[in-house]
Amino acid sequence: MDAAPVLRVDELTKHFPVTEGLLWTKVVGWVKAVDGIAFSVGQGQTLALVGESGCGKTTTAKLILRLERPTAGTVTVDGEDVHTLGGEALKQYRAKVQAVFQDPWSSLSPRMRVREIVAEPLVINGLASSHEIKERVAEILSAVGLRPQQADLYPHEFSGGQRQRIAVASALVSRPKLIVLDEPVSALDVSIRAQIMNLLVDLQRQYDVSFLLIAHHLATTRYMAHEVAVMYLGQIVEKAPTKELFTSPLHPYTKALFSAALPAHPDIAREEIILSGEVPSPINPPSGCRFHPRCPFAMRQCSETEPSPKEIAAGHMVACHLY
Amino acid sequence: MSRPVGDVILEVDDLHTYCFTRWGVVKAVDGVSFSLRQGETLGIVGESGSGKTMTALSLLRLVPRPAARIVKGSIRLAGEDLLAKSEREMRAVRGRRISMILQDPQTSLNPVFTIGNQLIEAIQIHHKDGRGSLVRRAIEGLKQVRVAAPERRVADYPHQISGGMKQRVVGAIAISCEPKVLIADEPTTSLDVTIQAQYLRLLREIQQATNLALIFITHDFGIVAKMCDRVIVMYAGRAVESGPVRDIFNRPSHPYTQALLSSVPSMDEDVARLYSIAGQPPALWDLPEGCRFAARCPHADDRCRHEYPRAFSVGEGHTADCWRLEKEWTPRPFSASTS
Repeated sequence: MDAAPVLRVDELTKHFPVTEGLLWTKVVGWVKAVDGIAFSVGQGQTLALVGESGCGKTTTAKLILRLERPTAGTVTVDGEDVHTLGGEALKQYRAKVQAVFQDPWSSLSPRMRVREIVAEPLVINGLASSHEIKERVAEILSAVGLRPQQADLYPHEFSGGQRQRIAVASALVSRPKLIVLDEPVSALDVSIRAQIMNLLVDLQRQYDVSFLLIAHHLATTRYMAHEVAVMYLGQIVEKAPTKELFTSPLHPYTKALFSAALPAHPDIAREEIILSGEVPSPINPPSGCRFHPRCPFAMRQCSETEPSPKEIAAGHMVACHLY
Repeated sequence: MSRPVGDVILEVDDLHTYCFTRWGVVKAVDGVSFSLRQGETLGIVGESGSGKTMTALSLLRLVPRPAARIVKGSIRLAGEDLLAKSEREMRAVRGRRISMILQDPQTSLNPVFTIGNQLIEAIQIHHKDGRGSLVRRAIEGLKQVRVAAPERRVADYPHQISGGMKQRVVGAIAISCEPKVLIADEPTTSLDVTIQAQYLRLLREIQQATNLALIFITHDFGIVAKMCDRVIVMYAGRAVESGPVRDIFNRPSHPYTQALLSSVPSMDEDVARLYSIAGQPPALWDLPEGCRFAARCPHADDRCRHEYPRAFSVGEGHTADCWRLEKEWTPRPFSASTS
């Protein structure tokens, strides 16, 4: 991570209004989906966002993809604030940032041939001539392990793993700098997951593309990511290089999350930290540290003041009063 | 995790469940045998289409009709042949003696009835009782699955409670009639990790308290490692390997089990590269005559392609269907170089 980061997120915040009434709606509260998060992803690097449902990882992805507008804060790709872009710069942004979604059964149009699906980013953004498009599609299809002859088939003629390869090809064809991977393997069968994970890792090396990986399966993030950020109720509670985080997790939530993960062998006995209760509503998040009502180590100050992120080791940030 | 296990409660022998479709006969379950003791947890692992759910549905005789039929084999519950029972007699078995938890609590609860009513519905079928005592039983049931403030919760509708809570309610319904066997079909896949841990612990506590025999249907070896005593690995309708959980993890003997185990990333160590199984499972209506894994197996030879291997014993209670085990063969872990 020497040069300027490909993606930079600063103080990013998204609050959704909770409204009442049909015609005369009034705002009765705010869902604090994402609340002041910051991170960056270097070229050719993978940052994983992990957390349970409702922690804001998908909203973060949408903010980066310009599918939602932030309440506050900035998303910078390649040095440009993506939410102020327009015209030609916006077209370029759309080629530079791509996404692969969880479910390849619903993310690919059933009425388009593979060739059209894969070429779409090039066609829409007017990036290449029709001859070039044909070549690029063939090149990318073979890069993801499909035969160029398969370009004339429809998505329903493929299995789940192959469909996800098509989705990856479509994301890669415009030579993006950043691909947002939203649970890219969790809809696939176990024996197919490894194929796709290996493919993504290989393509990252080959094309030097950055990944923002959103996953709830911790072992997947350990395999694929260089850096992992743990989110809880709209905030990043801990962020560290992958190995560091997995060998010495610090935040009580990270520890609980790791201890709840299923073991890879029956003899691996984890210290079981079973959290009581469930994630509180993001409409009225708890005061102070948002984790304090479920935290086994909560002290008095945890319910009063919000902990600010501290750097404990190189690149290892944690937001907790214990440190 | 070693619990005292009791007598054999369920015995399945050579079970065949076929689906007769327009495109041909889908051999969803093609010769599966196992037995289950009281207080024991059996894991059935496999990918989608391997026949694990059809095996479970066959135990309850709930296979989708008219397409699917149990064509061969026997299922004995405490010595009684379930396949010989009439539909009426089966109704006294379902819920009362064998019960099931499905994957998605969102769809297994009825949105227009309160959770109290749905619990009562299940209890009522097997225990005729007055309304007041049924409500008390329902509250008791919710307490058993650690639902907080059960007196108020009985009046809630499914949409008013969280996913983890819903799955607890489904669990409460499943154990409300004190079944001997509980089948859990991917019970935690729709739950978050920390909620999953709570739920698995709950199931284990219930099992310890009631000496329930549990069947876990899953694609996740993590669940198997955490919960099960014995495992069956299914592939394309066959149980290709079965044995005690530690043996399966320490000495996986079928190439499919080996490949599956080495294709799962680990949270506890760095893996340089995952092994990945090439290709896909065969179509169930067009199965190869030999070993069903042969097309994807790095060790397959001509015999594998033409003759289905018999089960070879590789340890106490540990068998695998692979010709390579005929000669003494110590399985080597897969290297990641072939992907």
